[in-house]
Amino acid sequence: MEGNVVLKMRNIHKIFPGVHALQGVDFTLRKGEIHALMGENGAGKSTLIKVLTGVYGKEDGDIFLDGKEGAVAIHSPQDAQNMGISTVYQEITLCPNLTVAENMFIARTKGAVQNWKKMNTDTDRILESLQIPARASQQLGTCSLAVQQMIAIARAVDMECKVLILDEPTSSLDEQEVEKLFKLMRDLRAKGVGIIFVTHFLEQVYEVCDRITVMRDGKLVGEYEIENLPRVQLVSKMLGKEVDDLSDIKGEVKTFDAGKNAVPVLEAEGLVSNAGIKPFDFHINKGEVNGFTGLLGSGRSECVRAIFGADRVTGGKVKMGGRDVKIAKPLDAMKNGIAYLPEDRKVDGIVGDLSVRDNIILAQQVLKGFFKPFSKAEANKVADEYIKLLNIKTASKDTPIKSLSGGNQQKVILARWLFTHPEYLILDEPTRGIDVGTKVDIQKLVLKLASEGMSVTFISSELDEMLRTCSRLIVMRDRKAVGELTGDDLNQGTVMNTIAGGDK
Amino acid sequence: MANNENAKTSSAGFLKNLVRNQCFIPVAALLLLAVFNLIADPAFFKITLGYNSAGNPVLSGFIIDIINNGSELAILAIGMTLVTAASGGQDISVGAAIAIAGSVILRVLCGGNARPETLQAPIIVAFLVACVVAMLFGAFNGVLVAYFKIQPMIATLILYTAGRSIAAWINNNELPVISDPKFAYFGGFIPGIPIPTPCFIAIACMLLIGIVLKVTNLRLYTQAVGINQSSSKLNGLNPEMIKVMTFVILGLCVAVAGLIKVSRVSSINYSVIAKDIEMDAILAVALGGNALSGGKFNMAASIIGAFVIQCLTTTLYKFGVSSTALPAYKAVVVILLVVVSAPTVREYFDKITKKMKLSKEVA
Amino acid sequence: MKKKMAVLLTGAMVMATLAGCGGGEAAPAAETTAPAAEEAPAEEEAPAAEEEAPAAEEEAPAEEAEAPAASGELITVGIINNDPSESGYRTANDADLKAAFTEENGYSASFAYGNPAVGNANEDQVKAAQQFIQDGVDYLLLSAADTAGWDTVLQDAQAAGVEVILFDRTIDADESLYAASIVSDMDKEGETAVEWLAGQGLETYNIIHLQGQMGSAAQQGRTKALDEKVAAEANWNMVEQQTASWNAENAQQIVQSVISSGKEFNVIYAENDDMAKGAVAALDAANISHGVGKDVIVMGFDCNKWALEELLAGNWNYDGQCNPFQSSYIDDVIKTLESGGTPAEKVIIMEEKGFDAETITQEDVDTYGI
Repeated sequence: MEGNVVLKMRNIHKIFPGVHALQGVDFTLRKGEIHALMGENGAGKSTLIKVLTGVYGKEDGDIFLDGKEGAVAIHSPQDAQNMGISTVYQEITLCPNLTVAENMFIARTKGAVQNWKKMNTDTDRILESLQIPARASQQLGTCSLAVQQMIAIARAVDMECKVLILDEPTSSLDEQEVEKLFKLMRDLRAKGVGIIFVTHFLEQVYEVCDRITVMRDGKLVGEYEIENLPRVQLVSKMLGKEVDDLSDIKGEVKTFDAGKNAVPVLEAEGLVSNAGIKPFDFHINKGEVNGFTGLLGSGRSECVRAIFGADRVTGGKVKMGGRDVKIAKPLDAMKNGIAYLPEDRKVDGIVGDLSVRDNIILAQQVLKGFFKPFSKAEANKVADEYIKLLNIKTASKDTPIKSLSGGNQQKVILARWLFTHPEYLILDEPTRGIDVGTKVDIQKLVLKLASEGMSVTFISSELDEMLRTCSRLIVMRDRKAVGELTGDDLNQGTVMNTIAGGDK
Repeated sequence: MANNENAKTSSAGFLKNLVRNQCFIPVAALLLLAVFNLIADPAFFKITLGYNSAGNPVLSGFIIDIINNGSELAILAIGMTLVTAASGGQDISVGAAIAIAGSVILRVLCGGNARPETLQAPIIVAFLVACVVAMLFGAFNGVLVAYFKIQPMIATLILYTAGRSIAAWINNNELPVISDPKFAYFGGFIPGIPIPTPCFIAIACMLLIGIVLKVTNLRLYTQAVGINQSSSKLNGLNPEMIKVMTFVILGLCVAVAGLIKVSRVSSINYSVIAKDIEMDAILAVALGGNALSGGKFNMAASIIGAFVIQCLTTTLYKFGVSSTALPAYKAVVVILLVVVSAPTVREYFDKITKKMKLSKEVA
Repeated sequence: MKKKMAVLLTGAMVMATLAGCGGGEAAPAAETTAPAAEEAPAEEEAPAAEEEAPAAEEEAPAEEAEAPAASGELITVGIINNDPSESGYRTANDADLKAAFTEENGYSASFAYGNPAVGNANEDQVKAAQQFIQDGVDYLLLSAADTAGWDTVLQDAQAAGVEVILFDRTIDADESLYAASIVSDMDKEGETAVEWLAGQGLETYNIIHLQGQMGSAAQQGRTKALDEKVAAEANWNMVEQQTASWNAENAQQIVQSVISSGKEFNVIYAENDDMAKGAVAALDAANISHGVGKDVIVMGFDCNKWALEELLAGNWNYDGQCNPFQSSYIDDVIKTLESGGTPAEKVIIMEEKGFDAETITQEDVDTYGI
């Protein structure tokens, strides 16, 4: 293996039933570098990591490691660890009720005998060498999240790893903690460890990384030196649009003629929730379609969740139709005529075992009240009506929703909210993971609803969709609203520039 | 030929639907026990009208015994089904809570005197006080489960351990005895009516829950919360409140069952009253084919499940099986149930039926 | 979840569920009781126990200051008993001890309880005993939850010069380790009852026998005499012999079941009052007369006050006593030991009566009812 390369993955293929998740991906990691692995949802980052760490098997391709003859076979996480590949996950996987030293050495001793004293002194030595502010005998749970994260890294490093994978390590840390973590990463880099850094924070990539590999739709887009890839280029590569091609497709862009008759439906000022977003202002007019855009994790979902009261709102004022309203929980929002189709359909949307009918009537039923259930006949009528209206493909209205396809599940959830006859409809990723036909249906429906006077906020990872449907885009970066684009600015180039921020 | 084929598939479909119906297992179990008893001794089904020592008409016979003695269990199964559906766990403190409710009733009726000449308070007042107390304890369990996110079994373990002591404490460790015959009506017979009163109480509870399920959204809400809490929340429900509510309803069921229990013997023994009844109530829910991990439920199936258990108990008594051995028999039932409903076993049977179909087609 | 539940259910059911005792001798098991507020039970955790100790020390001088030399030196006794809410018997037993070992009577008593609901009853009792020995009590009074596991503690007591008196329950330990043991003779209780029954001179005896918690000393003793008699006499038949685990309701169901199956019987031999009560409820529902001069003879044990009242009213026929009032016997033993003597017998068997409905008086009810 040439010079300073510690890991080489070549032509990796991974096939899940129905999805070709990795299509001939190459990846190279050098000694002493921090290498960012970037890509939007479904790009294949985590699949690649899991193939590397032996969680998944691969259909084709080879993995070469420094110091090993030929391709290596990694069948389990244990194999990966033995070969010097260590992973630190986003969620801390250590045991908070054990001491730091115990966590460092857990499941690493051969045989049943453990020299506790040596374990503690070893741990202290490691902690000191990495300048981690913790003691060996301290209970892990008493350390801050960042320190816990660092200990997880220390544990990984101590296992003589050559390749360290950090999977979203910063998502639950505050800025100072991130700084500490970066310092540790730089120290490790200086010691010659190759680090793969998976994150969705652009700023962090440019602060700490040397090289970037971009993936999209299961394919490798390319590997770049950080100085050769300006942010806007990175964003365009992640989203799969060339900046130059895109700057002039304004023709498609919808404009919302607010005019002087614009009637604000909802106005929010300094709204902030406990989900980690910065306070933001927001308003939407009657019949308007607007959107939040930004990369995954930029805080676009958190904003609409704050509007709907889905997260705990910690500050800010909201007015609806000019009146002050207090939205502390989803029911408050619903009573004020707001509907919210959540981002994660499976976790937050469907009630799996309940029938299509029950899923459709659920929200309106809750609004109607505990003591006023819909009669079976009413519920059936409503269900039939919406199944027909949205062309939902289901065996019957008694079928449990979980046995429907993703697109049809999404339509059921949409039906649920339409049935509440909202003034303001929030759609968070309504088109994710569903077939193209349904996507188009949903976009058409959004425009139709808006023309009938409904206000809609539309969020999608696919910029095309946003540009086709929205007349105003609020751009989010690193959990902050950084720009608002309307009219001529609604083109891919400007949007990506705004998403990327910073230079250019 | 084609017609014949059609008829076959439709009858097969009907059978399949029948087997799929949640009431199938408990009803089948009930029938199995009935057939067994019919063969062993047809007198099992004999019901006779006689007179009790007070000269009032009473029906007697094993069937009456089953319906009579199964009443408390059926009532508890109602509450337990709701708790299971909403919280995905079970309340193991109902036996201890019954001791508390019963103790409260006696305390109010006796007014602190272990053997009062006359009742110190109307029975209805005593019962209502017991309802409030039992519902408060239910709310206590519910709050631990819903707001403190403690596993239901662990949360209710607290009351399970402490309940009987609390019950004893309520009556200063005394064992009150009520001599007023009116108090015995609830666990015995009302003069002139030959059917045991607990049956009426149980039927009233069933009707009540039937009506409640009809005129409120209890079913939809508890199921939604049990299936997907996060989604329920985004649909405007308050999952915590709903969980607490199910525990409070179970508390009400406990108070009713407690009234019947103490009325049966006009007294109480803190350490043995309603002993292990929580296990039977949970078993009833499981027998009814309800997932103990929560979500969808079938109330009727749970109630039938309760009577299956009582039928099993009475049958075993009839054949002189020692009552200490009863739990072992119930354990066998649980094992069978769980094994039959385990996904691996189901897959296995599916495979076998498919194979059989294939070989038939080949033939 | 389902699987976990099943394991739990199965486990709970298979586990023989031992109930509290009518006669006081059941091995306490899955009973659910927390300590009554006033007397803390043996603490489980060492730190807690340490906290307790100084508190106890504080108490002692205070008492001495209050009543110095008035009645001479108080005799300190550490009393280890079982949870009072276990049964009416235990409640009466505890109350009797509390009434007897007072300062007026020249005692300074501390109580500790083993409670199966909040921990291992026996272990907690052992811990409490060790604490008492450390505190330097003069006498250790013990009703052990389990018969085993007491040797070391009793040896410690002996070394520390603490006299041990067992009451109510015996233990598996060398006789030299304790000064006296005051117990009921369950076999004799059974014999007295069966003798009384034989004295009724029925032509045939068709008996429903409701047993207590199987394996408990009370059940074994009370069953033995009846079993022997039924085996020996041709006209004594066992219609039904079934354990109702001291539980009134189980007893009711069992008797109901016998009635429903149409079997003839004329005696109900219930090993405690609760079960007799349950049986009588079943008889009443079926209009079967019972009591003095009626169709069915009803027999119970334990002499609960309400049971004796039933006897007085002629609804029941017999009630055998299981004497919970050991305090006077203990007091005698202590007085003997204090005066330098030794008790005449190591094992003192308490006097226990059997009451006949035809001869019982209100005075008996008031004196012996618990």
